[in-house]
Amino acid sequence: MEKTINLTLKVWRQNGPKEKGRFETYQVSNISTDSSFLEMMDILNEQLVNENKEPIAFDHDCREGICGMCSLYINGRPHGPDQEITTCQLHMRKFKDGETITIEPWRAAAFPVIKDLIVDRTAFDKIISAGGYVSVNTGGVPDANAIPIARPAAEEAMDAAACIGCGACVAACKNSSAMLFVSAKVSQLALLPQGKIEAKRRAKAMISTMDELGFGGCTNTGACEVECPKSISISHISRLNREYLKARFSE
Amino acid sequence: MSNFLTTSIGRKFLMSITGLFLMMFIIVHLGINMLLIFDDSGDLFNQGAHFMATNPAIKIMEPVLALGFLVHIIWSLVVTIQNMKARPIGYKQLNNSKSSTWASRNMFILGSLIFVFLVMHIIQFFWKIKITGDPLLAHVMVGGEEMENTYALVAGLFKESLIYSLIYVVGGVLLGLHLAHGFWSAFQTIGFANTIWLKRLQFVGTIFAIIIAIGFSVIPLYFQIKF
Repeated sequence: MEKTINLTLKVWRQNGPKEKGRFETYQVSNISTDSSFLEMMDILNEQLVNENKEPIAFDHDCREGICGMCSLYINGRPHGPDQEITTCQLHMRKFKDGETITIEPWRAAAFPVIKDLIVDRTAFDKIISAGGYVSVNTGGVPDANAIPIARPAAEEAMDAAACIGCGACVAACKNSSAMLFVSAKVSQLALLPQGKIEAKRRAKAMISTMDELGFGGCTNTGACEVECPKSISISHISRLNREYLKARFSE
Repeated sequence: MSNFLTTSIGRKFLMSITGLFLMMFIIVHLGINMLLIFDDSGDLFNQGAHFMATNPAIKIMEPVLALGFLVHIIWSLVVTIQNMKARPIGYKQLNNSKSSTWASRNMFILGSLIFVFLVMHIIQFFWKIKITGDPLLAHVMVGGEEMENTYALVAGLFKESLIYSLIYVVGGVLLGLHLAHGFWSAFQTIGFANTIWLKRLQFVGTIFAIIIAIGFSVIPLYFQIKF
């Protein structure tokens, strides 16, 4: 059964990184509750183009919840009012007819706004390039069980590797901390033998880059874990703390 | 170890270890205070207070404790300012009650209120006992030993003033809320947590916070109701 709803949208508009931004209000009508949030944004942009207005700039790519490109802080929550989803997976059935929806970009000193709802997330790439890799060439697929890895470790490393680097953790955190992201990237390697060799250098380099880029510190509110589309656990943050402290105290 | 304490994890590490240290103090403090309500003659509490005032180990720990408080309080300012800087432009609409507890988001506010309480508390008891003295503290004999009548000072305040009694109840509740997040958070920060231990620590932390809040609140209420 298709149902349609009418909505009022309050959208953050900002012409460029240095420009002053403001909220603008738009009306959209006859939005199918089966459509995704980004499809609703497409309909709005179509409407704006037809009115000879500048369409709203927002990030999106795969539209199936695996690339981590879509962002948007919707009604006070990253990726909107649902759990374990990205914005492209958010359905309009989560909203009521006549509702006003506030749409904001990720807010963090380390994620400056480029235009409208698009923020610059290259800070995450800088953290990865500081140490989120193994330096040796690991070659092709090794024989099964050639390197023994305990099942719980393999599972946990895999869970950490599910991070898509969308930045929802930073957006959700009251301190704009990137600890959940960094902890996932440190954990996925620290748990496996291939990553253990550089574990100390990695933890130190990634944390110092994270600090330099202007992300805040972790106060363990746990908001990141709840808003993470891949449900990365904050237990990884404890592992990151452990890895980092071990590295610093062994200096 | 260069500039360890200024890194994000270093700052938190300092908050964590001072917090854990202060929690140990609070357990001892509550333990001694409980003597107030188990002996209405006051002898038991006076002996406890006398022991704490004269024990050499406690004498050594006193300045360490003061340092623990100072570091925890001053560093909380540093941590909070640094974290506020990380988000220069805030959100127009926030809906974060869905994803985190109120106490976890307001540790600084809770801590500040506890600090106000702490200043009042020190003026009322510690300052009088250690520095200025008070007529109520006139020496008494307990078990053949002469000691200050600390019981008279403490019990006197709670018996006489309903307002102060209520402030002390509020103080206990604030401390409980602070610890409801602070306990497990301290362990998480030093890296002592995984998926299983996180849940255990959160559970123990909640119980600990409830015991502390009720424990400290019961004392003024006991004097208000009984006397």
